[in-house]
Amino acid sequence: MMEKIANLSRRRVLQGTLAGGLVLGLRVGGIPAAFAAEKPTAPAFEPNVYVSIAPSGEITLIVHRSEMGTGVKTSLAMILADELEADWKAVKIVQAQGDKKYGDQNTDGSRSIRQFFMPLRQAGAAARQMLTTAAAQRWKVSPATCRSEAGFVTHAEGNRRLGYGALVAAAARLPIPAPDTLKLKAEAEWRYIGKSFPVVDLDDMVHGKAVYGIDMVVPGMKHASIEHPPVYGATLKSVDSTAARAVPGVLQVIEIPAAAPPSGFKPLGGIAVIATNTWAAMQGRQQLKLDWDLGPNADYDTTAYRKALEQSASRPGKVARTGGDVDGALNGAAKRISADYFVPHLGHAMMEPLSATAHFKHDAVEVWTATQNPQQARTTVAEVMGLPESAVTINITLLGGGFGRKSKPDYVAEAAFLSKAVGAPVKVTWSREDDLRNDYYHAICAQHLEGGLDAQGKTVAWLHRTAFPSISSTFKPNVTYGAAGELGQGVTDMPYDIANVRCENGAAEAHVRIGWYRSVYNIPHGFALGSFVDELAAAAGRDPVDYILDLLGPPRHIDLKAMGVDYPNYGASMDEYPVDTGRFAAVVREVAKQSGWGTPLPARQARGIAVHRSFLSYVAVVAQVAIQPDGSVSVARIDMAVDPGRIINPDRVTAQFEGAAVMGISNTLYSELSFKNGQVEQTNFADYLVARIDSVPETHVYIMPSDAPPGGVGEPGVPPTSAAICNAIFKATGTRIRALPIDPSLLKQA
Amino acid sequence: MELLINGARHTVDADPTMPLLWAVRDLLGLHGTKFGCGIGACGACTVHLGGEAVRSCITTLEETSGKEITTIEGLGKAGDHPVQKAWKDANVPQCGYCQPGQIMQAAALLKQTPKPTDQQIADAMAGNICRCGTYQRIKAAIKSAAEAA
Repeated sequence: MMEKIANLSRRRVLQGTLAGGLVLGLRVGGIPAAFAAEKPTAPAFEPNVYVSIAPSGEITLIVHRSEMGTGVKTSLAMILADELEADWKAVKIVQAQGDKKYGDQNTDGSRSIRQFFMPLRQAGAAARQMLTTAAAQRWKVSPATCRSEAGFVTHAEGNRRLGYGALVAAAARLPIPAPDTLKLKAEAEWRYIGKSFPVVDLDDMVHGKAVYGIDMVVPGMKHASIEHPPVYGATLKSVDSTAARAVPGVLQVIEIPAAAPPSGFKPLGGIAVIATNTWAAMQGRQQLKLDWDLGPNADYDTTAYRKALEQSASRPGKVARTGGDVDGALNGAAKRISADYFVPHLGHAMMEPLSATAHFKHDAVEVWTATQNPQQARTTVAEVMGLPESAVTINITLLGGGFGRKSKPDYVAEAAFLSKAVGAPVKVTWSREDDLRNDYYHAICAQHLEGGLDAQGKTVAWLHRTAFPSISSTFKPNVTYGAAGELGQGVTDMPYDIANVRCENGAAEAHVRIGWYRSVYNIPHGFALGSFVDELAAAAGRDPVDYILDLLGPPRHIDLKAMGVDYPNYGASMDEYPVDTGRFAAVVREVAKQSGWGTPLPARQARGIAVHRSFLSYVAVVAQVAIQPDGSVSVARIDMAVDPGRIINPDRVTAQFEGAAVMGISNTLYSELSFKNGQVEQTNFADYLVARIDSVPETHVYIMPSDAPPGGVGEPGVPPTSAAICNAIFKATGTRIRALPIDPSLLKQA
Repeated sequence: MELLINGARHTVDADPTMPLLWAVRDLLGLHGTKFGCGIGACGACTVHLGGEAVRSCITTLEETSGKEITTIEGLGKAGDHPVQKAWKDANVPQCGYCQPGQIMQAAALLKQTPKPTDQQIADAMAGNICRCGTYQRIKAAIKSAAEAA
């Protein structure tokens, strides 16, 4: 079972996939061995692809996931440094290029720590163990009598001490220890894991020196601005670029071929204006005269589409989970309620617009870009260019936000294509308008829920229907139903102890590119789930906190498989990451305690609660709102109790939840993308509204102490926020908000 | 066109209607000033013009004529303006992209209003978007910079 890596110091050979992660119960991981170990001029010690120690003693830690604001570049390096026993202040941290040798690099799904906590500990520990052994051999003592500490190996009895650099040559000749022979540090010995550290790029960030994709400069580089099809699937009929070419600074106008829907990760096509600077390219673009065949999606209208989705959700759909007799229980219920919820399309609108710089020469292309998914970028560029992946190099800069958009590399392939066409390095820069008009949109979603209560107010029946265009539709034709993983985000994983349950999925076709956006289908489903439980509590005349705790029932693991549910559990095993009602209840109790739940507030002010599990983490939110006489809502305070299992860098975990609350407020109060005639109606931040500093409250984050395996941190704070706010609004006004963003006219004081 | 940026004179061959943002970024290679919206709606491109915070994406080169321009690279002599220091102490940035604009806006606020109230902070900073949602740390950092001054 246990595979080995032989360290043939002069030529290391990967004898098999070192599946250390699997052995330890993780789905992915292991420590891929370095393949370019043979570097005659740089005999550094590189026991794996994440650690390199030079004879000078300089330690380089290689971070293979992308930094988009989560702090992962720092926290992954902290894990390595801790097990390696390196001095944090002395390590050099380098961003890896896109390469399969690092394992999964798709920085998406809140899983960097989950997937790599153990493999990176093993990577650090293997290096430490080899350095310790090298020192012990030199001193002719037992390795057990030596210890590693902050870049040195010491032997207490002999009063001897050697820096790692001095041991590099000897350590490089040793066999790499098998994972089961590694002695990982005990938790009490951790120097960095679990302690707050500033992010490694902090100083650069506050001085304007941090380099994002949009900041890349390659000598001889030209700038491109691209007019994309106005409607998904539109094709060009004619182009008149005479006026565009006459704009000072404009060099060329180039057509990019369109990939027909479903276009996947490939570019949408369009007309690129190439110029000496970004502004000239944008000015030239305004002078293009283009005639489009708008294609099959030219009638897409979200007002009409919403009605169609609501109809789909009103009818029986494809059953995704069933238990008991829902219809019988609903018919026999003492009280029966139903509610319909709606969430519109949303856009990522990360602050750094999409940008990529590419240099094609000698049948190879080198790219510099802000990407969450460098291996996919490599694959897509290779496909579009007709090159082998080995001819594509992807360098990863810092990302000015991502939220899922930068895991789709259409813009990266545009730069590669244009560099070849121009014969020079090209930087593609999308405008904010391009970003909103050509996003991979968060799915619009309609839901219908019904519940039945018995005479004691206990919920005995639960029917949940959801209809939304699936992300799969972006990649495959004729997709009309959601994927199991999409339904497993707040529908089929409903945690409450209800005897009769049925979850259904209605048909829906996509007319735009649909993509994942921070917390994905948990946004609409978490909103409906968190709201409807509150509606049931109100129907029962009960306090929502008490009612949620009752509905959760005794602490237990919910066996969705036994219920016949196809539940991917975010790619994790149910044994390691069960759906645990005890952890749900614990965050509910904690947030109630911390938020002052139950203490009185003035008129038209109230608190609301919601709890949600997503990305294997549990989050309960209490929102306190104040409703102005004109109906406008201000969120006065947010409290979040979070249980993401084991955490690495507490301050950055807190920051992620603070930020998730703000994004939740954007989704709840402000943001909506609508379509008419196949085109997005919003253009920029003037009409695509997001939370600003004057509309956000203080957020208090309480992290539950835990040694459970790490869950997600980046996304799980978003889903419960909308329901908590709307439940608070109900408490304050008696009005239920079931469609986002909130329409203040519904809350105007009579 | 002649530009006075961070105490140095630069000559650029550019259309007078070119936004200052693109001149500093593409022509002068000062990339700390960020592009976010191009219409003055997000604040990522904030610089100081004659000591006041302006959106460089909607400020043309001709409008800067004769006035001193300060970008994030020129804020504070040693690059450690009290606002930058406060930003570091509060660990404000997540992705960091909007932060040069936030810092330039905050520095202009504190110059004009050394002890701002919460409302004055909200009013002055409402034009700067942060999609990561670092607002509460921005507020805290501005307050601590005001106290330190």
